Amino acid sequence: MEEVDVEPTITNIPAISDGKHMGFAWGPGDILVYETRYKASGASGSGCSFIHEIRKDEDIYSPILRKLFNESHHIFVGLQTIREDLPSKSKKPQFVSISKNYRSVIRACMEELQQVAVSTKNTELATQCGNQVSILLAIELIWNLCEVLFIDAAPAGSLLLHLLDWVRLHKADVDEKAREVLQSESPAEHRDYWDVVVSYVLQGRLEEVRQMLVKQANLQPAARSMYKQMDTLLSKMPFYNPGGTQTLTEFDVKWRHWHEEVDRCLQDNSFASNRHLELICKILLGDEDTLLDHKELLGTWYHFLVTRLLFCHPTVKLTELHYYAQSCMTMFLDSRSVPEPLDNILLAAFEFDIHQVIKECSIALNNWWFVAHLTDLLDHCKLLQSHNLHFGSNLREFLLLEYASGLFTHHSLWQLAVDYFDHCPEFGRVYLELQIERVPLETERKALKVLRVCEQRQMSEQVRSICKIMAMRALRNNRLGSALSWSIRAKDAAFATLISERFLQDYCAKGTFSDLDLIDNLGPAMLLSDRLTFLGKYREFHKLYGEKRFREAAKLLLSLMTAKIAPQSFWMTLLTDALPLLEQKEVIFTADQTYELMFCLEELTSSLNITASSTDRPMQEEDVEVTKVELLRLALARNLAQAIVKEGTVEI
Amino acid sequence: MTTQDNRISIWSIGSNLSTGMEDGFEGDPQLLCEHKHDGDVLDLQFLDQDRIVTASSTGAVTIFRHHQNSQTISVSQLWARAHRYPCDNAPCTGVVCSSPEIVTVGEDGRIVVFRADQEGVVRVIENADSSTIHAVTYLRTTEILTVNSIGQLKLWDFRQQSNSPSQILSLSGDRVPLHCVDRHPNQQHIVATGGQDGMLCVWDVRQGNTPFSLMEAHTAEMWEVHFHPTNPDHLFTCSEDGSLLHWETSSHSDMPSFLQGGRNSSMVSRSAMAPAGGKQPLISAWLSGDSSKGRLETTHMLPSQTLSVNSLDVLGPCLVCGTDGEAIFVNRQVPV
Repeated sequence: MEEVDVEPTITNIPAISDGKHMGFAWGPGDILVYETRYKASGASGSGCSFIHEIRKDEDIYSPILRKLFNESHHIFVGLQTIREDLPSKSKKPQFVSISKNYRSVIRACMEELQQVAVSTKNTELATQCGNQVSILLAIELIWNLCEVLFIDAAPAGSLLLHLLDWVRLHKADVDEKAREVLQSESPAEHRDYWDVVVSYVLQGRLEEVRQMLVKQANLQPAARSMYKQMDTLLSKMPFYNPGGTQTLTEFDVKWRHWHEEVDRCLQDNSFASNRHLELICKILLGDEDTLLDHKELLGTWYHFLVTRLLFCHPTVKLTELHYYAQSCMTMFLDSRSVPEPLDNILLAAFEFDIHQVIKECSIALNNWWFVAHLTDLLDHCKLLQSHNLHFGSNLREFLLLEYASGLFTHHSLWQLAVDYFDHCPEFGRVYLELQIERVPLETERKALKVLRVCEQRQMSEQVRSICKIMAMRALRNNRLGSALSWSIRAKDAAFATLISERFLQDYCAKGTFSDLDLIDNLGPAMLLSDRLTFLGKYREFHKLYGEKRFREAAKLLLSLMTAKIAPQSFWMTLLTDALPLLEQKEVIFTADQTYELMFCLEELTSSLNITASSTDRPMQEEDVEVTKVELLRLALARNLAQAIVKEGTVEI
Repeated sequence: MTTQDNRISIWSIGSNLSTGMEDGFEGDPQLLCEHKHDGDVLDLQFLDQDRIVTASSTGAVTIFRHHQNSQTISVSQLWARAHRYPCDNAPCTGVVCSSPEIVTVGEDGRIVVFRADQEGVVRVIENADSSTIHAVTYLRTTEILTVNSIGQLKLWDFRQQSNSPSQILSLSGDRVPLHCVDRHPNQQHIVATGGQDGMLCVWDVRQGNTPFSLMEAHTAEMWEVHFHPTNPDHLFTCSEDGSLLHWETSSHSDMPSFLQGGRNSSMVSRSAMAPAGGKQPLISAWLSGDSSKGRLETTHMLPSQTLSVNSLDVLGPCLVCGTDGEAIFVNRQVPV
């Protein structure tokens, strides 16, 4: 057993009093807990009769986050269908675009949650939404970094540009402040003016810096030349152009030249008279102390990292990142503050420890959505080494199974989970087989959907089981037609027999058939079970009799017995049905047919005699039976006589 | 045990006239108002301008009123156990209205007739069917059609007092459950049904008791079929297999050229029997079993593979449908 990574969280159950022993049972997504009467010492006390349900993941019930699950399912399914045999060069842009799709879905959810958090009057809801927004922000931050480092994995030069984009995307407050400053009467005299300028410099947005500085320059005509000099420096900073003809080495050379020029300006004290401009100059040189002086403007250690790289080492390679990352984090966070989980995750990402990233994220988040989808995408990019877990399946499959199992407990999102299980080659099918039978079936329509899922995957046992449940339910509510239609779907002959027995019992009890619309229109379904066939044919007999087509009715009746379609228990009824035909003026049964009828009667009575002696039946019943048999014998004998005579007569 | 928060919602999809737009999708639908609904909504229909009738999985039939001024919805009338078993709930599976009359059918095999604004039930046909009745539609003002899960199409005449159908039609062969039914808007003898195997059947209720033509439409249950109300040469079907098909029939031999987008596939209709009485010029294109006389075009209306499309409706050039992926698709420029 491995050690635990973090101490398990303790959840107090308020309704259970202190010191009581609890019993529990695991559910698919929750635990049921109850109070027991057990006491360590002394007499057992009285218990409370409540059962408590404890659920870890509330997210699947959030109406806004549901969109996240639905949309990401769509993207996930699309990702699985990307052909394996394409060369990796053409697959990479597809993977990047899929990653961007996932992120835009996260952003859309964030915006909606933000709107609700702002507009609602319910404070609890507002805090809840606010929390979810910050979690989604963190998730998107991590995902974006993973996209930059792992999926896109740009070479030196482009890498820094992507990192810059990443930082800029997640520091929206700069633009807000800038808007405020620019909308004021005299922007250059606004108290936040220089903060905005410095923030822009830190983010490498030099165009905006130049535009802002122009305003300041207009206010101080005396220092115009100094501002002009700064403006020139800013405009000449080289940025790598990935699509251009310039090679990385050429860019590096150019950048060094520029760096030296800035250094010279600083040494020359060109900006000594203006502390702001001097500050900017120092930042441009990537001076660590200056950067660290502006922790509040940077906000985070990773902003510090990217800024430092921008102004010290813009041609940084992927493999060099982790040196800088660790040192930046240590420098930025003073010795007192402990790194938060998010910091650890990002650091692990910079160190290319993908497994650590996934592990830390799994611990920090209460929902498997993020790690499952990210791992799946990284697995498609062939970035995960096969990491053998103690549970046998690989990491990707494990996470997907966990995520999908969580979804399955939801009354409506279970349909998404089916697709996830489909794409887990090793255990997906087994999980699906177990889970699909436990979907609550309140309506027939839901049952039909579940059945369609099972049938498409040839899960015949589950089909039978579900159809049987629905058929039993129908039978209990006396919906014989529904029950029959379910047993036809499952091709369940045994159940069809059961239903036919019910019909026949009804007939014996009431003397008429119920649900004639069903029996009259059985069609080929009749052949599903012998009993059902008998039912259909027996009804046909009645119809023929009603239409006075006696000869055909007689023939049918006989065939029911001789072909052994009728169960022996029913033969008495059939023979009794034959009585009126035998009593007709016209001879209906031929001599041969009469012999056969007699044979059937003898067979029946002999078997009855064997059983009658062993069971004690009331005297009256036996009397009735004996009378019936005697009547039949008499009628048969009379019919035989008439038939022989008729057949023997020759018309002259 | 499950926390279901089902709601009935009213959305606005903007103005009807969308000039200058190539794509049918413009802007998101706006949620106007919503109301909690007990149980799943299995069927839904407008009773009149302001009122909507819903069929619930709890067996209840509810009339909701939409107050246009305040943009709110309130419950106007509720029949809580319209469909039921002796000791259990039976879902109400279909509802159809012809104001003020409302007819509902359910898994309990009963047909119930209500009148809006009247408390009690107007008429009940007990044990109308021994299996589940999946859908209902009006044939004439006093006649309705129901389809059930043993593949039968039953005609009920309300003028008669008896509790048995005046006509039963069914497919010969396997008893495939039928899930939806719709009547041709102009020619009242033409009816279309969709079944569990995804087959689209067109019936002529005057002639015989077997369908006129059968077409392989979908690979899974067909949930809804609708004739276009004003242009009945067009038919729409949606299915569990995630597709929504637009069927267009024309009596002329040249193919309509305005079909845009989607995937076109010519489907050949297999007719169950030849049209009686030779070539009648006024015979509906739907009943022309011979494929050389009429052409049937189908188009997939949804952009890509989705989960099951459960329901659709069409009015004018506007088509709306809902899927199991909890998405609603609106197409404002259906070529009809």
